[in-house]
Amino acid sequence: MNRDGDRRPPAFWWLAALFSLFVLFLYGPILAIVVLSFQGPSGGLTFPMNGVSTFWFSKLWQGVGVVDIWAAFGRSLRLGAVVMLLTVLLALPAGLAFRKRFVGQGALFYVAVASLIVPSIVVSLGIGLEFRIIDDAVKALAEGTGWGFLRGYETAAGLYTSALGAHLTWTLPFGLLILFAVFNRFNPAYEEAARDLGATPGRTLRHVVLPIIAPSLVGVALFGFTLSWDEVARTSQAIGGRNTLPLELQGLTTTVTTPEIYALGTVTTGLSLAVIGVALAGVMILRRRRAAASR
Amino acid sequence: MDGAGRVSGVKVGDARPVRRGRGAAYWQAAPFALLFLLFFIVPLVLTVAVSFWRFDDYVLTPELNLDAYREMFEGCIDRLPSLCVTFATYLSTLRFALMAWAVTLVLGFAIAYFLAFHVRSVPMQMALFLLCTVPFWTSNIIRMVAWVPLLGRNGLVNQALQGVGATDAPLDWLLYSEFSVVLAFVHLYTLFMMVPIFNSMARIDRSLLEAARDAGASSWQTLWNVVIPLCKPGIVIGSIFVLTIVMGDFVTVGIMGGQQIASIGKVIQVQMSYLQFPVAAANAVVLLGIVLLMIWALTKLVDIRREL
Repeated sequence: MNRDGDRRPPAFWWLAALFSLFVLFLYGPILAIVVLSFQGPSGGLTFPMNGVSTFWFSKLWQGVGVVDIWAAFGRSLRLGAVVMLLTVLLALPAGLAFRKRFVGQGALFYVAVASLIVPSIVVSLGIGLEFRIIDDAVKALAEGTGWGFLRGYETAAGLYTSALGAHLTWTLPFGLLILFAVFNRFNPAYEEAARDLGATPGRTLRHVVLPIIAPSLVGVALFGFTLSWDEVARTSQAIGGRNTLPLELQGLTTTVTTPEIYALGTVTTGLSLAVIGVALAGVMILRRRRAAASR
Repeated sequence: MDGAGRVSGVKVGDARPVRRGRGAAYWQAAPFALLFLLFFIVPLVLTVAVSFWRFDDYVLTPELNLDAYREMFEGCIDRLPSLCVTFATYLSTLRFALMAWAVTLVLGFAIAYFLAFHVRSVPMQMALFLLCTVPFWTSNIIRMVAWVPLLGRNGLVNQALQGVGATDAPLDWLLYSEFSVVLAFVHLYTLFMMVPIFNSMARIDRSLLEAARDAGASSWQTLWNVVIPLCKPGIVIGSIFVLTIVMGDFVTVGIMGGQQIASIGKVIQVQMSYLQFPVAAANAVVLLGIVLLMIWALTKLVDIRREL
């Protein structure tokens, strides 16, 4: 790494030390709870370890108190998958559209960026109010008309309506910004070549553009899933009756006083890391395949 | 709308391959735009509207009035200089935002500087960069809970301090305190500062630094007169992220403050749970106003549109 005769200045060592401490600061606490989640059955929330066991994991497996944690786990997993898919399916065409000119382009861009910047609690409250107003209207309609299919109507808010929308307002701007970066570096000569050879726009997209940007789309999907998997603030006011895992987790921080919560933390962090690992592996495979194909 | 191509950094608006199929752009952007209309624009408009509405008997009625704002600022003006609850909460949130901003700025800048200028091989740079970003993809709540075994009364820090005889009783202010709230903000959001600053630094032409050195500038002078001015866009973008996140936060303040510290976001959340919709909306409107004002002030400092 070092070039000949290029000695490191003292500033390098100070900053390297700071960087190491920063990494320790980032990872230390998480490592502590991963270790502590293997506490013995009589162990507590802090060090020292009182034996080593998987007791708290098996306890977690049986459920945490009154909260059905595994149902929440499943809900978050499914919602994350849907958010991931929709983030790619909505951001990709939008990214393609932004390569052309269209009326309202600037406004749409600002709206997407604003969605990143407006405090999540405000967005969440807005969506919550929106669905409340919808509910009031539907209930009034049900009373006014007496239509049978509206009887027993409770709320339109829920995991795949209000919460899904709330998550997408958070994941889509990231997706769009990633695609901007991608298309900025995209050489249009490839598309021109395809067109000159007689490819339709659809075929050009499918056989030229998509394979080239595939690794970045994996990145967009990664953002989609992990941001949804951990989302709290935007979901908080926009969820119906059934909570996602992070929302349950937020409640558990004040009620659970055993290493069970660490076990849960280890499991959710493990899942996040697994998703990152799969995404990175996917990117690597796609790159290698492309490199092999171009040889 | 003319600025769009430039704003987005996608400068291909005039390129030939994209001239055709302009109608397609509308279809491609429509679902994306519709989503933001339904789940961002309409909710924001409704929030402003509801802050002027009435809520009785569990029904929101669009009768315009200022009751929510009156309730929110009740006694705030006539009781000055002693602070009413609303002012105190807003000031406290602002103070957290400024503290978190100051620390993340210095730390994020230093880390980015190290990565951009002291790590010389690009693969190593990417690897270290990735190392810093991985925690961003894990649960924030778990990352907060993870401080308990370290900072609690019987946590590692207190054990260590007592072990070396620095204190004889455990320190209480390490956890569920203002300190732990700021620590968690720094822990969670330094990345938001570091990434845009690193991005700005990566674009700095290295020959400028050499020129500064050749002209006799010390490394501090180079840092202050060359690097920092060129990093301004990154600093501003990072600052916008950190300030807006902290201003609206209620989760971190809640968990790391042991549910004892107030913040604007928390007030909104509590009012929502008590079904005080107009007041919650009024608070949201004021919060949004403050945040927009901050962003406006920051973008006055530097034209980030050019840099995106």
